[in-house]
This record gives sequence, C-alpha cells and structure tokens, in this order.
Amino acid sequence: MSAAVQIADVSDDVVLSARNVVKTYGSTQALRNVDFDVRRGKVTTLFGENGAGKSTLMKILSGVERPTSGELTLDGRPISFSSSTDARSYGVSIIHQELSLAPNLNVRDNIFMGREIRSAKGVDFAEEERQVRVLMKGLNQEIDPLTPVERLRLGQQQIVEIARALSINARILIMDEPTSALSAHEVELLFRVVHDLTARGVAIVYISHHLEEALHITNHAVVLRDGVVTARADVEDIDLEWIVRHMAGENFNLGTPPEQRDFGDVVLSIRDLIVAGPVRAGPPVVDRMSLDVRAGEIVCIYGLMGAGRTEMLECIAGRDVPESGSVLLCGQNVARLSIAARIEKGLALVPEDRQRDGLVQTMTVGRNLSLASITSFVRHLVLSSSREESLVDESISDVHIKTAGGWAPIGSLSGGNQQKVVIGKMLATHPKAILLDEPSRGIDVGAKAEVFRILAKRAEAGLAVVFTTSEVSECLSIAHRIIVMRRGRIAAEFGADATKEDIMAASGEAVVAA
Amino acid sequence: MAGLTSSLGTRPGTPMKARFDIGRLLLEGRAFLALIVIVAVFSSLSPYYLTVANMMTMSSHVAIFGMLAIGMLLVVLNGGIDLSVGSTLGLSGMVAGFLMQGVTLSYFGVTAYPPVWVTAILCCLVGGLVGLVNGVLIARFKVPAFVATLGVMYMVRGLALLMTNGLTYNDLGGQTAHGNTGFDWLGFNRLAGVPIGVVVFAVIAVVTSVLLSRAAFGRWLYASGGNARAAELSGVPVRIVQVSVYVFSGVCAAIGGLILSSQLTSAGPTAGTSYELTAIAAVVVGGAALTGGRGNVRGTLLGAFVIGFLSDGLVIIGISAYWQTVFTGAVIVLAVLLNALQYHKRGRRPQALPGGPTSSLARAGQTLPTRPA
Repeated sequence: MSAAVQIADVSDDVVLSARNVVKTYGSTQALRNVDFDVRRGKVTTLFGENGAGKSTLMKILSGVERPTSGELTLDGRPISFSSSTDARSYGVSIIHQELSLAPNLNVRDNIFMGREIRSAKGVDFAEEERQVRVLMKGLNQEIDPLTPVERLRLGQQQIVEIARALSINARILIMDEPTSALSAHEVELLFRVVHDLTARGVAIVYISHHLEEALHITNHAVVLRDGVVTARADVEDIDLEWIVRHMAGENFNLGTPPEQRDFGDVVLSIRDLIVAGPVRAGPPVVDRMSLDVRAGEIVCIYGLMGAGRTEMLECIAGRDVPESGSVLLCGQNVARLSIAARIEKGLALVPEDRQRDGLVQTMTVGRNLSLASITSFVRHLVLSSSREESLVDESISDVHIKTAGGWAPIGSLSGGNQQKVVIGKMLATHPKAILLDEPSRGIDVGAKAEVFRILAKRAEAGLAVVFTTSEVSECLSIAHRIIVMRRGRIAAEFGADATKEDIMAASGEAVVAA
Repeated sequence: MAGLTSSLGTRPGTPMKARFDIGRLLLEGRAFLALIVIVAVFSSLSPYYLTVANMMTMSSHVAIFGMLAIGMLLVVLNGGIDLSVGSTLGLSGMVAGFLMQGVTLSYFGVTAYPPVWVTAILCCLVGGLVGLVNGVLIARFKVPAFVATLGVMYMVRGLALLMTNGLTYNDLGGQTAHGNTGFDWLGFNRLAGVPIGVVVFAVIAVVTSVLLSRAAFGRWLYASGGNARAAELSGVPVRIVQVSVYVFSGVCAAIGGLILSSQLTSAGPTAGTSYELTAIAAVVVGGAALTGGRGNVRGTLLGAFVIGFLSDGLVIIGISAYWQTVFTGAVIVLAVLLNALQYHKRGRRPQALPGGPTSSLARAGQTLPTRPA
C-alpha cells in the first residue's frame, strides 16, 4: 500500500508500530495484515464500525492480547508485550471506555493503586499526594487528591485515569471512546488535556464514534473495515465524507429495505418523556422525547453510546420511573404500571445486556423461554407442563433456536441463539409492541440477519417494533423509519431511503469550539 | 440450518429432563449416597441404630431443624439467607407457652384460654410477622439479607427472653376445665407409628416441593434467585417473591417451635439457639447454591437427614459431643467443596455451538466485551 510506504519515510517520529498483524479468534479473522503507526506528539485516530477490529488492535497494542502473527516495534526495536502491565512498563497505557477506577477510593489512592510509594513507616501518603498535585498541575486541572472518585464528574474521572497513566510515564496513551459519556464542556476540557499531552510529546491513539469530534482532534486517520486497513491519511487531506465512505464499504445483507405499506393504528405513543440523568441536577438522559409507532411499523433508533437510547427503552418498559411524560399503549397510559402489567398489556422489552438482564443462567432454555408467559399456562394454580412444553417447542421453532431441546442448559447455546431465546421469550407474551435494545450486540452476522428476519416477519403480522443500534448498516436493513438520537433528543428522522452519510452526520456531536 | 433447527426443536415429546450421565448422577446423588453410608456404618457399629424405634426418634429430631431447613431453602433459592429462624423458633414456643397459661384481659376482667389450634395459628402468625419484617427490610429497604436477619435474630431472641425474664414455661399440658388440652399431641402422638412432628414435616416438605416444581411461584423464585434483573424484566414480581420467602421461612420456624415445645412439654426462651446454622448446613449439604437459583426440597431433606442421622449416630456409639461438632463441620465443608465442583464444571462447559462470546466470565454476570470480529 503506497500510504504505508509514505509512513516509513517519516519513521523518525514513529514510536510504536505494528506490521502485518493478524489476529484470529477460532475461525474468525479479527485482523488481517494490519499495519499501524503511532507517532510522537501526534494524535492518531482509528475509525471503523463496531466489529471492524478497532478494539482488537488496541488490545494488541496495549498488551492485553497477543497477535496471532505479525510484529510490534517500539522505538525501532521489535517488542512483545506479555501483559498490559508489561506494556505499561514500556510506557504504553490504555484507558478503556469503562473506567477502571475504584469509586470509593480517593484520587490519590486510585492513581497509586497497586504501586503505592512505601517508606519505612508504611505507605508514604504525603509523597503520593505531592506527586498527584504535580500531575494535576501539569494537566491544568484543579482536582483535589483527597476527593473520592465517586464525587467527581465523569470527565474528571477520565482526567484521573489519564493522570494515572502519566504517573507511570506513559509515552503512548490509547483512549477508547473517551468522550462517549461526556458533556460538551467536558469534551472540550479533555481535548485541551490531549493538546497539552501531545505538546509534551505523548503519542495518542484515539478511538471514537463521534466522527466530527475525532476529526477535530486528530492528526492522522486510519480506517479499519472487517479487520483490514482500508484507508489512511493526514487530517488535512480528508473530510467526514471520506471517513464514512471508507468505513461503510460493502456490508452483509441484513434484510431488504421494506416496501412502504399502510400501517395500522398507533400502538405505542411516547409523549414528552424525560428521564433524569445519573447526576442530580445534571442534564436529563432523555429529554422531552416524543415518538409514535404504528402497528406493523419498524422503527430504528440510531445513536451513539450515551445518547439515551437504553434509558428511554427501559423507562418505557417500566424499569425506570420517568421524571415526567407519558407512555401510551393503544391509547392507554401505562406510565404508572409495573413491568408485569405492561407485559400483560402487550409491551415487551428485549434488554441490551442479555447476560445481565435477559437470561437466567441457572435455568434451562425452555424455562427461560417460558418465563415471561408463565401465567398463561397456569391451570388450577399449577403449571401445565404440556402447555409449557408446547409453548417452548413453538418458540424454539418460531425464532429458529439451534438447541438440543428445551431441557438444555442455557449456557450451552451460542450468543446468537441466547439472544434468540430472549427475543422468543418476549414474543411468547404476544406483545403489541416490542422494544429491542441493541438486539444485534455481540452476535455473529448470520444470527443478526436471522434476528432481523424474525422481526420483519412479526411486523408484517402487525407487531410494532422499535430497535436501537449503533451500527449504521443495521438502520438500513429492515426499518421503515430511522430516528437519530443525540443527547436524549431526536436529532433527525429519516425514511428507509436514508443514506449512511445522512445518519452518521446527524448523530455526530457538534464540533467542539476550536 | 433452519431445517436442522426445526427438526430438533419440534420433535414431539422431547423430554424436559437431562440425559443420563453416571458421573453426574453420582455427583448430584451425593447426599443420598452419604446418607446410605452413614446408616450402613452406624448399623454395623451399633445394633440399636437400625431399628424402627430409633429411626422414628431420629426422624423426629430431624423434623425440627428440617422445618427450618425447608424455609431456609426458599430463602437461599432467592439468593438470600435467614439467620433469624432459630430465634423465631424460640419465640414461637414462648408465645405458645404464654397463651397456654391463659391470657388475662384486664379490660374485660376475664382470663381467656385459647384452644390449642388457636394457639398454633397465632404462633404461625408471629413467625410470619417476623418473616415479614425481614422481607420488608430486605426487599423494600435494600438491607443486605445477612445483616437484616442478623439484627432480627437478636431482637426476636431478646423478645423471647423478655416474655418471662428468661424463665421457662414448664407446663404446656393445659387443663380440661379450660378446654385447652392436647398441646402434647404434636410431640407425642403417632399416626400409624410415625410421630406427628414427622408427619407435619413430611406434609410441609411435599407442599413446598409442589410449590417449587409445579406452581408459578416456584418458577418465579428460581428465576429471581438466578437473575433478579432478568426476572424483573420478564414480569416476575421479584419483590413480592422476596418478601414471601422470608414470611414462609418465619412460618416454618414457628411450626418447628411448636413441635419442639410440644415434644419437650415446655418452652424455653433459648430454644433453637444456633439452629439457623444447622438449617443452612442442611440446605448446603442438599446441594443448593448460596448464590441462589439452584436447589430443591429433595436435596434439602437429604441434607437434613444426613446431618441428623450423623449426629444422633455419634451419640449412640458414644462419641463425645465435641467430636460430633467436628464431624458435622467436616460434612458441611465436604458438601460445599462438591457443590463448587458441580457448579464450576457446569460453568466451564465448552460451547456446543460456535459464534458467541459466552465465556465463563460473561456468565459470572460481567458485561460482555464487543465481539472481536
């Protein structure tokens, strides 16, 4: 690749580089012959859709995983990290999307966690505190070393993570989706820190779904698709459209865009829904959201992490209490009803995290499938096992679950089939409207297509479907209508004929003040 | 793929039970095997051990903490623990003793002597009330079960002691003139040679077993103990289930208290001290997981009999009470080790089908990473 040759010319700047990196998991190739360079004092951003291999590459660069083949060089010498701790000792630190701080400890103890400065009298807290103050001064931050981390805002917690990395003399800092949960002001603050760091010669690897934001901060862009580097360029030569074009490419057919047809009556109607944020007095996560879904209609909600999709769906389903607003199901307000009563009335939720919220791991496939509709096969206070069995068998064939039978342990199923169990469970309650939070998360492309096929089929039979996704290609699969959510509000609305570019542009965060 | 799916999924009469597997059978039948070994060993050591009379005596001992164990099983299935059952057992006996002496209603200037059945029901209500306090503390106010029931354990024991300033009610016989005789029926009478206490225990066990395996409540309990969040989102009334199990446990403890005081024809405020631990031991030996969601009545019964028959056997062959404690402890530790083996093996079962990141890590309830490809 000619771009790669170009990079080699300016190798004096390159601190860490990967050459011909291949990573396979079982039969899937996550990375194929990837070349990647990290330069001193520069921000290199890695773009790509979910599953393109960004996280895998970051894990390899930070020592969390080892490549199947290919090599890493640090300062021109070949190197192999045995663990992330090993990588850290060479100055390569990663800050994960989910922060790894202990919320109950203060800033000082978090920064020196596991590396406490010891003196004859035990831990030298005074010295640690002094060093933290120096670090925070260097970052131009006023964070007291003795504040418990849980009292800090998320953006400040991120700064603490950065400070911790710097305290181990990080020369290369990998940031995975650092802005996804930050407010605009906090993003600005973070970017100022990033600028300071690069000025001090720290190399930054940046991953973000916020394309505009990333374009604003980065010096170099590398685009990954299906484990292959499809493009690389300096930021001066590219624009948003360039990134999207190289990110999207050809995709597996997840279903045909539906033909326009007459929908039924409005089944689900959300009016001015407000869901309070995690911080009291902070901005609400769902801000005056209104949405109507008709019988037979499939609505896709696209948004970045932290856009408020999960909170909105969980609130509609009854897990959370809304600050205000109403949820109407066939014209009846269900906002005060319990989850069970809402299911009874025909409103079902397939949660985002199927391990945590969807499945009972101690029960069999069959019992998971029948869990939400138990009351429908109770006769004279006892469960009718014949009714249950027929319901389970019906569900298994209905949603195409590949299992040895209803009695099989749920853990024996693949991720995609487990997801189908969760969907089958809720479909067995005969809902009028079903909400699915990231139904394609963590399942392979074949299972994904099947899930969408099931949803499309049910919608044809009159079910109102709302699903969320953070992959643009999924928006364009089966949805009749695409809603782009941003910061708890509807940022844009498209028909089935929308383009990836439109959707991505609408979801991207506003450019932060220069 | 679709063809395979439907042929597997819709095969008529697919049994809802696991395949036959000798290793697993031995592991899951371990409590039963242990019981057989215990009976065989003690029978060879003492000619009195394997007699009908001794079996009945031992069973009536088992019945008392077995009652607590069944209540405890439901709590453990829910993922909780109930440390207050021993105290509740004591309080129940004291309430029975108090009522049998007659209640002086100074307002009316009369002394009421409630009949035995009224006494029994009032004791159960007291037990249920204690359970309700536990349940509300845990389900409504989110107090950890261990702490909530620990506190209630002390309070209830204190109340039992306060009722008589630590004295024992010695006469629970009642008087024919007051129409409240028959309290000893529970402890002394037999039905077809079986002590009434054991009969009551058996009835409760059968009812609970049906409740767990055949009623919607049982399914709700297993689901909310296995994964409360998933159960809640599936429409299971998780809080009601949680409160119910503590109420049930309290009532079981109260019945245990009635049987014990009836057997002794006296009610002491310290009765049932540390019985909660024996009950937990029986549940654990019976194969239930303290993390919730796994266990059944059959296992708990076996666990109760293993512990009861072991300690009574040691008494019969004349081993010191101190050694009994050591042996009982060893049995519990062994049981927990085997539990760990059983559930660990299940947790690490390799994936039958490719394609999903369902690692043991994920099953441990952690957030899934995005898939690698």
